[in-house]
Amino acid sequence: MVRPPRGICGMTIKGKAYIAGVFEHPTRLAPDKTVAQLHAEVALGALADAGLTRAEVDGYFCSGDAPGPGPASMAEYMNLKLRHVDSTEVGGASYTLLAAHAAEAIALGKCDVALVTLAGRPRSEGMATGTAPRARPADQPEAPCEAPYAITTANGYAMCAMRHMHEYGTTSEQLAWVKVAASHHAQYNPHAMLPEVVTVEDVVNSPMIADPLHRLDCCVISDGGGALVIVRPEIAKKLKRPLVKIIGTGEAVKHLTGGSFDLTTSGAARAGPIAFAEAGVTPADIKYASIYDSFTITVIIQLEDLGFCAKGAGGKFVADGNLIAGVGKLPFNTDGGGLCNNHPANRGSMTKVIEAVRQLRGEAHPAVQVKNCDLALAQGTGFQLATRHAGATLIMERE
Amino acid sequence: MTRKITSPVVNAETKAFWDAARQNSFLIPVCTACGKAHWYPRAICPFCADDKIAWREASGRGTIYTYSVMRRVREPYAIAHVTLAEGPTMLTNIVDCDFDKLYIGQPVAVVFQETENGPPAPMFRPA
Repeated sequence: MVRPPRGICGMTIKGKAYIAGVFEHPTRLAPDKTVAQLHAEVALGALADAGLTRAEVDGYFCSGDAPGPGPASMAEYMNLKLRHVDSTEVGGASYTLLAAHAAEAIALGKCDVALVTLAGRPRSEGMATGTAPRARPADQPEAPCEAPYAITTANGYAMCAMRHMHEYGTTSEQLAWVKVAASHHAQYNPHAMLPEVVTVEDVVNSPMIADPLHRLDCCVISDGGGALVIVRPEIAKKLKRPLVKIIGTGEAVKHLTGGSFDLTTSGAARAGPIAFAEAGVTPADIKYASIYDSFTITVIIQLEDLGFCAKGAGGKFVADGNLIAGVGKLPFNTDGGGLCNNHPANRGSMTKVIEAVRQLRGEAHPAVQVKNCDLALAQGTGFQLATRHAGATLIMERE
Repeated sequence: MTRKITSPVVNAETKAFWDAARQNSFLIPVCTACGKAHWYPRAICPFCADDKIAWREASGRGTIYTYSVMRRVREPYAIAHVTLAEGPTMLTNIVDCDFDKLYIGQPVAVVFQETENGPPAPMFRPA
C-alpha cells in the first residue's frame, strides 16, 4: 500500500535537510581505543568532511552503542552544546532512523547542525555476536517465554531463511549470490576485512552455522564506527561539498503480533512505501541501494519488501550478479557491506548511509561508482528478524 | 539433553503458566472477550486490549512453522517457531529428534524440559 506523504497538511521533510558530512572509521580492530574515543573520532571526521566545527553542532543523535545514559555522556565527552537530542534505540537500523529524525528536527527548526554517531568494539571484546544468546533484562515482557530457547542472531535469521526457502523455493545458491556481489565490491576497498572475491561454491561449501546459513552468509564482526552531519539547506549550500539531500524517510516496527505472524517480510514492507511516497519516486528510479546485510537472507527479504522485485522473487533477483556494480541492474553495498567490509558495533545502517552518500557525491571507488548516481536508498533492519525488529528507510538525492 | 537451559523468569503475568508447567500442564492464555488465544502470555489481550484473560489447558499439539539447527556450538540444538493447534505460534526448541529429519509442517507435541533452576520449559518433539 502506498500512503500519502505523512503528517498533517502534507508536512514533509523532503529537501529540508542535507547530509553535509560523512566519515567511516578506517579501523576494523581497535583494542587500544575506547568506544567513547571512537565515537569522538568519527564525529570529528564527519565534521571535517562537511567543513564544520564541533561548536556548530546543536543537535546530537546516538543509539544504544553510545556509552553512558542516552546522549549525555558522549555530549559531555565531546563537549557539545546542544538544543536537541535523540537516542532512539532500534539496533542496527538506528542510523537510517536517526538520520530521518535529524531531518525532522531540522525541518521543524529544532536544530541546524545535527551530528549522528556510531562506534563499537565487538571484535576486540571477543563478542560471540551471532552464535551466543544476548542477555536481556528480565523485565522485557517476552523474556520469560523466550529465554530458555537460546535464540541468537544467527539461528533467528536462519529461521527466516528456512521459511523463505519453504514458501518461495529460494535456494542456498541464490542466497550466496548476495555475498558474491558484496565480495566483488570489497576487492576495491582497501579497508575491507574480507577483500577476496568469492564464488557461489565458496559460500555453499563454507561451514554451516545455523541451517540454512553458512559462514559466508553471515556478516563480519568488526570494530569501528561512522558518523553523519546533517544540516539545514542554507548551511549545506555554503559548504564546499556536493549537495545530498534527504527526500524520503520511513520507519516501522514489526513483531510477533500476539503469536500471529509471518517471518518472510520485514519492517521494510511498511517503512519503504512510506519513504517512497514522501520522496515521490519508485524503486525503479533508484540508481544505487545500500541494503543492510547482516546475513544474505536479510538483503533478499528487504529487496522484496522495498519493491525492487515481487515478494518471493528475491532469490531470482539477486542471482547471476544482478547486485554487482557495472554488471547488474541494482548495484548494492559497493563498499563490500557488512558481509565483507565491516559491521561496527554489530550495527550496519550507518555504513549503509555513508556509502550511499559516497555514490551520490561520485566519491565511491571508480571501479564501483554508479554512473550519474542521483538517487540512492539506504535501508536498515535492527534487532531480531525472527521476533521483533525495526526497519528504517532513507531516500537521498543529489542536487 | 545436557545443554543448560536458561530458567524462565517467573513474573506476575506468567506465574500461573509456570506453576502449571511444574505439574506438566501446558496452559495458554485465551481472551474471554474476543475469544482469541495469544502468545506470549500477558494480562492485556494483544488483539482486543481486554483484560479478561483465562488460562486454558492446551492440546500440546502443533506443527513446525520454521526451524534452524544451530551447528556452530559445542552442542547443536534446534530452535523453532511452532504453530499450536489453538492458533498462536510460539518460539521454542525441538528436542528428542534427528536434526537432519526436521521439516516445516512437521507435527510435534509438547514436552517439558528441565531448566537450570526454575520451572520446566515447554519444548516439542516429533509427534
